[in-house]
Amino acid sequence: MAERNSPLGGAADRLAAVAAATGGAVTVAEVPFLTQLNVRTRPSGDVNVLQLGPDEWLVVGSSASAVGAAVDVSAQRTTVAVGGSRVLDLLAMGCAIDLHPRVFRVGDCAQTTLAHAPVIIWRRETEFWILVRSSFAAHLADWIVDAAQEFTAGD
Amino acid sequence: MSQAFRTEAGGLVDRGRALAFLFDGREYEGHPGDTLASALLANGVHRVSSGIRTGRPRGIFAAGVEEPNALVQIEEPFPEPMLTATTVELYDGLVARGLRGRGRLAADPDPGRYDGMYAHCDVLVIGAGPAGLAAAAVAASSGARVVVVDDQIRAGGSLLGTGEHLDWVDRVAAELAAAPEVRLLTRTTAVGYYDDNYVVAVQRRPGLPEHRARERVWRIRARRVVLATGAHERSVAFAGNDRPGVMLAGSARTYVNRYGVLPGRRAVVLTGNDSAHDAARDLAAAGVEIAAIADLRDGWAITGVAGTERVEAVTLRTPDGIERRLEADLLLVSGGWNPVGALYSQAGGRLVHDPGLAAFRPDGNCRQALEVAGAAAGSYTLGVCLAEGAAAGRRAAEAAGLEAGAIVLPEVSDPEGRPPLAVWTLPGGDPATAFVDLQRDVTVADLTRATGTGMRSAEHVKRYTTAGTAHDQGKTSGALTSGVIAELLGVEVGALGVTTFRPPFTPVSFAALAGRNRGMRFDPVRVTALHAWHEANGARFENVGQWKRPWYYPREGEDMAAAVLRECWAAREGVAMMDASTLGKIDVRGPDAAVFLDRLYTNMISTLAPGAIRYGVMCRPDGMVFDDGTVIRLAEDRFLVTTTTGNAAAVLDWMEEWLQTEWPELRVHCTSVTEQWATVALVGPDSRRVLATLAPALDVSRAGFPFMTWRDAEVAGRTARVCRISFSGELAYEINVSWWDAVALWEALLAAGAPFGITPYGTETMHVLRAEKGYPIIGQDTDGTVTPHDLGLGWAVSRKKADFIGRRSFSRTDTARPDRKQLVGLLPDAGSLLPEGSHLLTGPDETAALGHVTSSYHSAALGRTFALALVRGGRDLIGQTLWATLDDGVTPVTVTGSVLYDPEGTRRDG
Repeated sequence: MAERNSPLGGAADRLAAVAAATGGAVTVAEVPFLTQLNVRTRPSGDVNVLQLGPDEWLVVGSSASAVGAAVDVSAQRTTVAVGGSRVLDLLAMGCAIDLHPRVFRVGDCAQTTLAHAPVIIWRRETEFWILVRSSFAAHLADWIVDAAQEFTAGD
Repeated sequence: MSQAFRTEAGGLVDRGRALAFLFDGREYEGHPGDTLASALLANGVHRVSSGIRTGRPRGIFAAGVEEPNALVQIEEPFPEPMLTATTVELYDGLVARGLRGRGRLAADPDPGRYDGMYAHCDVLVIGAGPAGLAAAAVAASSGARVVVVDDQIRAGGSLLGTGEHLDWVDRVAAELAAAPEVRLLTRTTAVGYYDDNYVVAVQRRPGLPEHRARERVWRIRARRVVLATGAHERSVAFAGNDRPGVMLAGSARTYVNRYGVLPGRRAVVLTGNDSAHDAARDLAAAGVEIAAIADLRDGWAITGVAGTERVEAVTLRTPDGIERRLEADLLLVSGGWNPVGALYSQAGGRLVHDPGLAAFRPDGNCRQALEVAGAAAGSYTLGVCLAEGAAAGRRAAEAAGLEAGAIVLPEVSDPEGRPPLAVWTLPGGDPATAFVDLQRDVTVADLTRATGTGMRSAEHVKRYTTAGTAHDQGKTSGALTSGVIAELLGVEVGALGVTTFRPPFTPVSFAALAGRNRGMRFDPVRVTALHAWHEANGARFENVGQWKRPWYYPREGEDMAAAVLRECWAAREGVAMMDASTLGKIDVRGPDAAVFLDRLYTNMISTLAPGAIRYGVMCRPDGMVFDDGTVIRLAEDRFLVTTTTGNAAAVLDWMEEWLQTEWPELRVHCTSVTEQWATVALVGPDSRRVLATLAPALDVSRAGFPFMTWRDAEVAGRTARVCRISFSGELAYEINVSWWDAVALWEALLAAGAPFGITPYGTETMHVLRAEKGYPIIGQDTDGTVTPHDLGLGWAVSRKKADFIGRRSFSRTDTARPDRKQLVGLLPDAGSLLPEGSHLLTGPDETAALGHVTSSYHSAALGRTFALALVRGGRDLIGQTLWATLDDGVTPVTVTGSVLYDPEGTRRDG
């Protein structure tokens, strides 16, 4: 089978350059081709489940088969991993919600907007995963690269 | 002349470095730590501008944001209008000039960068003076998340002006700066206080490289706020009180202690309170000769000020009524101190008059989670300020569920003082030179005229005289204005009150408010999976909502018209393809999905068989068309609904609203899958052969894959869902694959279609093709006042269903009127291309319009121009002539049915 194309496949070099330019203050990379199932029922099995609303859950797991009332949304969004020592400041430049570790803990997620784009922000151990609709991904990537100028190393 | 008025030593400026600047065309020097105002005063420059109405010379009156006079225009490095010299931090190469009123904006784009930042905290302390620092230090000791904002370049507040306890200030500031959960923001002015403790502050960030923001807007949400904004001194209204050299006493003290600048050589002091005595003492210690202190409480007064460009002499009247003329170049005034209540007022709090304070202060009953500490609350002695601040910080920590530790406060013994006396006006002299608002040039005479006309409210007088409406919002003049009005009316000033404060506290540049939301970052641009291909292949783009859609693909030497004709021809006579991925797609599932869609669409959906597709129309409850699209039945309980590109989010919201508020009993869930699928429309008589090449396992025959059905298939080796849908009247397929597979599918179609001359086309061709068939575009051919029947879609409105959204409105007489505007076709007799929006008249000389053109194109298939239009009673006018307006006259058009091409539908199945 010929290759697949992720929304930010063409931006990989530009995203990778951010870490060098900021001396690691901000790191950013696409995590492409994740399986994502939107499930509007009670979850079961060994999966990661993000609660998006009172009756809406996003199940992310290794199984690619959509079962039951699940809707396959794997390609609906791509994932941007952002990290680095200044990642909270970077996100605060475009996200109105409080991501402080006392409030927004590892494993927490929120549906919100970042850079005016609808996103899901998910805190992981060492970085944030931003799940962004594929059509907004390039805009978000541009925004992050631009915002990261504030953290240019050596200033 | 180099800083002749700079003291030998002292102050918080860096005397080791000189900064050169130009003011009104003359070169001067100052030091880091100076403001433009302090540097001007160090060089003996008092006059900086003129009265906006009177033209009278005006000098530097204050030392901070309250400055009413010293407006300047920054010319270099980049033009900025209407800044106050007292708040402009001096830098090398600054070029400025004094400004009488309004300045000028730059003609060139601002090369500076601006941004914004959200912040959240347990406690926001506004003001880093003694009360604010104590509050912040105590709150921080608990581990609470603290944000401190202060408009000066360093913490300290009033202590910078008095020079007291600066070691304590520096130690606390350093501890705060180092604390992990504390953000100490200097050069940051809180300008707006909104509901739910949402505070907006603007930070100036000079000296950074160009790729970093020179101003930043902080949007802060605080659990609690401590307002420690201090107090502003006010003047007294007497004749000549506007002359350069008349200065607020506390400000003069700041110039001496903080900047090491003598604001003059020989001063007269006029005061109604103790603070000016302290100022006089500090000035005397620095070398200023104090000619006299006229204390209003002892019956002293001023009856005249001599000098135009600068104070030359002051005439005093002693308690015995004897007048004495004293030579002086400085007249220090203290009419009292006003707690800075602007933010408190913005927060929804009330300012009440406190006779003991002789000022208005916060009433302490604000509905928001805030408290006021220190001078902002009317506490003017240092010990009380520190204690109040510390207590406020402790309470804020407790509110966050944390326990504050002990902090060290400076040892202070508050002196016993005499109570202040509020004096608003002094008799004698011309009341037309006794100013209350120096920037607006409002005098006692103006206020007298206002009250003379019968005005009794401070708000009315403000609007009549403009007092308090300048850049400074009456920081030094507000209370004074009320005091003078009260005197004129013979009422208590407390009963009169002060005018309302509104954001922003200080002027904010639009550039800062815009931040990075400029140009391409003003609004997100949405693109499809095929965007890079479109760009690489020369597509011109059209904005559809936030989407960039290929509009047409011009070849070398082609203009838009030529490209569109070529693309249309390919779709009608060969094969063409379009990226249709932007269509909204919603997965609707559940046992009640069919019932739900029956209620949502005007036509019957529940009778649709799995495997089949139906076109559907949605209306609002008023019966007007809201959206249209196709409904694909995937299974008994599963549908895939498409929406127009621009309405995808609105339709999903619409569905959720009805499910959550009206029909919670329906077992249905809706999920957006717009970007899950990339969609390519494959159109034209040769499309079947192209598809057959790429999907060998799919029966593409007329009988095997009929119109308005769908098939799951492998296309170009990818999992695909193929729909037999046509938006052009031609044999056509919509091929849906995963976003990830879009490029592979597109390139496979290009390759497989090459022998047939496959032609990519854009939205313009799509519009022409559908218009030739009379298919309306919701939002272009409709405007929210159009029913399905008006569009000729009456067949899509069910007569069998018990109910659906909009049904009731179709029994209204208005929706049955025969003269409603209806969608018809137009053929311009002279072949002209009608402008969209063109009005349609019954005769060349008529002026009443029957309707307007909604869509207008060149048609390759018809070999002529045509249009769609909404025309009153249009279907009854078919065959008749109307007149369409052009830029320069009218042109006759023949009304036709809306379906102009292949009305029999013979081309649909290839």
